[in-house]
Amino acid sequence: MATTKADIINQLRKEIFPLQGLKYIPAPSSISTGLGPIEKAFPNGCFPTGAIHEFLSGEPSGAAATGGFVAGLLAPLMQCNGASVWISSSRKIFPTALKFFGLAPDRIIFVDVENEKDALWAMEEALKCNGLAAVVGEMQEMSFTASRRLQLVVEQSGVTGFILRHQPRNINTTACVSRWKISSLASVMEDDLPGVGFPRWKVELVKIRNGKTGMWQVEYYGGRFHISTPAASILLELKRKTG
Amino acid sequence: MIKRFVAVWFRHLNTDWMTRRQPGLKGKPFILAAPDHGKMIITAASPFAQVQGVNIGMAVADARAIIPSLQVFDDEPERPAILLKAIAEWCIRYTPLAAIDLPDGLILDVTGCVHLWGGEQPYLDHIIARLNGFGYEVKAAMADTVGAAWAIARFGQGNFIIDSGGQTTAMLSLPATALRLGPGVLELLQKLGLRQVKNIIGLPRAALGRRFGKELITRLDQAMGHEEEITSPVQPVEIYQERLPCLEPIVTATGIQVALQRLLEKLCASLQQVQKGLRRAVFKCYRADGKIEKISIGTHRASYNEAHLFKLLELHIPSIEPASGIELFTLDALQIEDVSPLQEKIWEGTGGLQDTGLAELMDRLANKIGAGNIHRYLPDEHYWPERSIKTALSLCEPLPIAWQANKLRPIQLLTPPEPIEVTALVPDYPPMLFRYNGTLYKIKKADGPERIEREWWLKDGPHRDYYRVEDEEGRRYWLFKSGHYTEDKTYRWFIHGFFA
Repeated sequence: MATTKADIINQLRKEIFPLQGLKYIPAPSSISTGLGPIEKAFPNGCFPTGAIHEFLSGEPSGAAATGGFVAGLLAPLMQCNGASVWISSSRKIFPTALKFFGLAPDRIIFVDVENEKDALWAMEEALKCNGLAAVVGEMQEMSFTASRRLQLVVEQSGVTGFILRHQPRNINTTACVSRWKISSLASVMEDDLPGVGFPRWKVELVKIRNGKTGMWQVEYYGGRFHISTPAASILLELKRKTG
Repeated sequence: MIKRFVAVWFRHLNTDWMTRRQPGLKGKPFILAAPDHGKMIITAASPFAQVQGVNIGMAVADARAIIPSLQVFDDEPERPAILLKAIAEWCIRYTPLAAIDLPDGLILDVTGCVHLWGGEQPYLDHIIARLNGFGYEVKAAMADTVGAAWAIARFGQGNFIIDSGGQTTAMLSLPATALRLGPGVLELLQKLGLRQVKNIIGLPRAALGRRFGKELITRLDQAMGHEEEITSPVQPVEIYQERLPCLEPIVTATGIQVALQRLLEKLCASLQQVQKGLRRAVFKCYRADGKIEKISIGTHRASYNEAHLFKLLELHIPSIEPASGIELFTLDALQIEDVSPLQEKIWEGTGGLQDTGLAELMDRLANKIGAGNIHRYLPDEHYWPERSIKTALSLCEPLPIAWQANKLRPIQLLTPPEPIEVTALVPDYPPMLFRYNGTLYKIKKADGPERIEREWWLKDGPHRDYYRVEDEEGRRYWLFKSGHYTEDKTYRWFIHGFFA
């Protein structure tokens, strides 16, 4: 009886997803983002594609960390020859570096716009194009109305959108499916060797529709994410300190 | 197919133009003059001056003696050509094949055009009325051949529309000058008393050729329609052109949209039949006041997708000024290419860069924000970071070399690098701390140096020693020292990027 109840609840939950704008709920493990434990936080245990994700960052290095994390997420989406569009009004991203995150930089089209208004327009147009794997837009401000427009577009086209908001003036409510904050963490070198290690970030999932928020420590090397939950990392830290 | 031509003769092209420019000159005697052998010779005289005996070829001083109030303007020898070209372009509303006939006429190939104006007489009347309305005194005639139309327009009396096949009869009573001959031949004909076409036409051809040269034979044949005459239209013919004349001038945006849609429908259908797509197109609106409004578009990939092309053009409709109304719309395919239709994919997955949807998206973006703001990058064989990527020329340009992945590069690059203040323990060691934008950063970990030489064959300058550094909060930077540590301190430190 208990199992049937759980099944019914699961069934009902799945019926709710499309009503909430999550039209494309892929079965778990259909697209592996390599996020491991983080995926448990998502609805249905799978990274929501065909939705808009919002990333907030403060200082310049935060923007770099966000860029790295998003690049790592884009790579599995752009598998099988997919292309994506990167829209920005003040682009700093260096295509060569994207190769490290498993992306083919030549399959990304960079669109430089003059102002945020054009960026939003270009983002909307790009999201309408279902031939794209993903669209990344860098913009400072995004009103609720704008985010809802984008959300409605992706519900039709099924393209995944990433909004990178650098130093937003006000953190308002948006219709995005999730909100992330990525910040840099000190890299870890094995046996305390000198030098700088692989990229390491604190990944905060501040908001997720139909999921659980959380905080993780993520390292990127060898072409995939390596995730440790805070508890585990604290233990690791302790172990390292005490020897 | 029987061709029909209209010859338009501007009786006073230059002076009419002057009157049009300066309405005050109307009804006054004035002349245009140009220096010739040290004298000012009249090249054009207004009708009013001609009535009083001032003729072309007279010296200005003589003319002044006849009419003391005569106004004299400088003539420009190239003006008729410019004027005629502009008028010929305006005449494209009547036929796509309008040619200039220097020094004072136009030749329009009107084959298959006249029914749009309800017959030959209304067509001709319309042209004459419109040109008269602009202030040009014109005579126009229609015939099967250029030569006949030319002759009738200048020397004809009464009937200016020569029925099909009737050109020989119509030209019999015209003077020999009507055959468009050179002065030498004309003089000879005059001397021999062959003053009219009917005198010449009866003579044996062989004798005519021997006596007067090939020119006379050719001109005679051209006028009679035995030999085809080739005109060179001011605008070369577009193979893929659609036209939409309007009964009433169009002034609304909706009207323009409807016209555009109709033209696109026809053009795309004809392109699709031959499996061609459009790369560049221009949509022209001919306004009632003689101006032409234009919209040009370009596509990334040959396309005959009506909806897509409409979207591209539609963006620019607000820039069209209909003013007093648009009489004619044309849509020209300036550049067409073969279309290679992509096979629809059955399985999931996107078409990548070859996707038609992507090409259409690029067109839309390029139309709004400019093609120069859309970039795709390819790796280049340089270590110098700024030169390590180059802009791809097209969406399908293949990778020249593989992306280099063995050297770590910052995900965000500052262009240009920004100067920083640095404290380093030992020369050639990574810095201990640096100050950037007024903030002090303490460095905990560092990697490097990675020396990158400025390729001297491209540009001269100092090399760079790059360090990957991490500060105490885990933020990672890319710093470099430009130049050697020397006593005169020519080195400088810069920050060039942020690592993820």
